[in-house]
Amino acid sequence: MSAILQVQNLVKQYGGLTATDDLNLELIPGELHAIIGPNGAGKTTLVSQLSGFVTPTSGKILYKGKDITHQPPHTRAHMGIARTYQITSLILDMTVQENIALALQARDGHSFRFFKPARSVKRLQDGAMEILEKVGLAEKAQMKTSELSHGEHRNMELGVALAAHADLLLLDEPMAGLGPDETGKMIELLTSLKGDRTILLIEHDMDAVFALADRISVLVYGHVIATGTPSDIRNNEKVQHAYLGEE
Amino acid sequence: MRNILGKGLSSWGMMVLLLIVPLIFYYTGNAFYLDLATRLVILAIAAVGLNFVLGFGGLISFGHAAFLGLGAYAVGIPAYHEIYGGWDALASTNGFFHFGLAIGVGALFALVTGAISLKVKGVHFIMITMAFAQMIYYLVMSIEEYGGDDGLVIDMRSEFPLISLDDPIQFFLIAFASLALIMWLVHRMVNSRFGMVLRGSKGNESRMISIGYPTYRYRLVAYVISGAICGYAGALLGNFTAFISPEMMDWSRSGNLMFMVILGGVATIFGPVWGAIAFIVLEEILSGFTVYWHLPFGLMLVLVVMFSRGGISSLLRGKEDK
Ligand SMILES: Nc1ncnc2c1ncn2[C@@H]1O[C@H](COP(=O)(O)OP(=O)(O)OP(=O)(O)O)[C@@H](O)[C@H]1O
Ligand SMILES: [Mg+2]
Repeated sequence: MSAILQVQNLVKQYGGLTATDDLNLELIPGELHAIIGPNGAGKTTLVSQLSGFVTPTSGKILYKGKDITHQPPHTRAHMGIARTYQITSLILDMTVQENIALALQARDGHSFRFFKPARSVKRLQDGAMEILEKVGLAEKAQMKTSELSHGEHRNMELGVALAAHADLLLLDEPMAGLGPDETGKMIELLTSLKGDRTILLIEHDMDAVFALADRISVLVYGHVIATGTPSDIRNNEKVQHAYLGEE
Repeated sequence: MRNILGKGLSSWGMMVLLLIVPLIFYYTGNAFYLDLATRLVILAIAAVGLNFVLGFGGLISFGHAAFLGLGAYAVGIPAYHEIYGGWDALASTNGFFHFGLAIGVGALFALVTGAISLKVKGVHFIMITMAFAQMIYYLVMSIEEYGGDDGLVIDMRSEFPLISLDDPIQFFLIAFASLALIMWLVHRMVNSRFGMVLRGSKGNESRMISIGYPTYRYRLVAYVISGAICGYAGALLGNFTAFISPEMMDWSRSGNLMFMVILGGVATIFGPVWGAIAFIVLEEILSGFTVYWHLPFGLMLVLVVMFSRGGISSLLRGKEDK
């Protein structure tokens, strides 16, 4: 077993605040690995460092054995890492389908193509529709993104990440702000994605985490205090003390 | 597609009128209005070029008059040297050289200044593009050979086989055809895959980066295209006024172009033309009242930016949708 992602002694400091503190983490190909931790534990900061938007103060990130610590985010995307945002980040003045098609287009070679209308490139449009079917938004394809609901935006976030055909998905709280019904659907959707690719799932919803995760890491003050199977974690004293006990 | 065209019918009608009305004026003895329309059309080309980056790319360049000025100097300087010998071999077809040079210089200046400016965002980008334009302005002003701040009269317009830029009708028709062609090209580009990347980067840059687009590169190419378009407009402008001066690159000229784009409606195909019409009309009216017409003009720009977010195009659209 060789890890698809290895995080070694990662540190991120913001002034005096240590958001990531000597963090170590390994992801096994194909697993769904959840990261849980209280607010401000440094979960989003970790995702931002893995996707390249935040530069670590020290430490190393290896992806498929290669050191990517200093690769820019767009290069990492091409290497097969896709992320979603905790706070929805979409192109609001474009249609739903255009958002997805743009993500597909990014993997379709360079975009220095100036004449043919993008909407007439069939493989992009069809591909986008396929993904929209998967995330349940096919009927909204032609709507402006800004007109969709919060729940639909969360599904779009996931759709954009899927369009990247990434080997590693970094999902930052995909269920944030969803109602119980929507959360249920999202769990179903994520279950259907399991296995094909490696997923790092950041999530507060414990039911979702325990239902989905193959392994769980617990992050407290930027440091991983425990990693293990859901039952390991449930029974881990340190975790109960530091985190689960609070609930 | 419909909203990207600015507005369907009224805009097409505007284009037809823009073509026909000046000709009618000319043939009924009001040559002045043909001149005015020619200048309008040239400015509209520059505004279309600016809108490509400002409207569709979200890059607020405050230095686009520099491209226009450089294009004009690309005509004026060779023309100046021709009169005193040299370049003779090119004599009757020198227009291709002049216009090619104008496009090339516009693109090159955009490449160099864009490579630096696009490293920064927001207000910094506005300031740095303006600073580069002022640099060129002072550079040109310091070259005594080409008239310094007095400028330089172009004794002979660019020459092409079969057509003559000395004929105001032909000049107007060429400018108009150029405008239509460039609008069509921009329409194609903004709907292409390249255009989607450009517009996506305006809508949400970090999202574009995270799905794998090196947005800087795409923006730089867009900036170069914009510079080339404005360089071309500058070559027309130099030929039209038959006079070049650093004043063409003054920051207030850049502001005028922004006025046209914002008033007309950013990120639309016809918007910049509406804006150029509004600009010329206002300039004619206000400058008749007072020499300080720039002041009310500036106030208007502020009002337009604050109150009619989509410019003339969106006002028209709003009306027709009802
Ligand atoms: N750009 C920044 N500058 C300074 N401090 C930051 C910055 N980004 C994050 N932080 C701090 O780092 C810590 C970790 O933040 P982060 O957003 O990663 O937490 P999180 O685990 O994702 O929290 P949540 O569960 O609320 O999403 C917080 O204390 C936060 O205030
Ligand atoms: Mg977070």
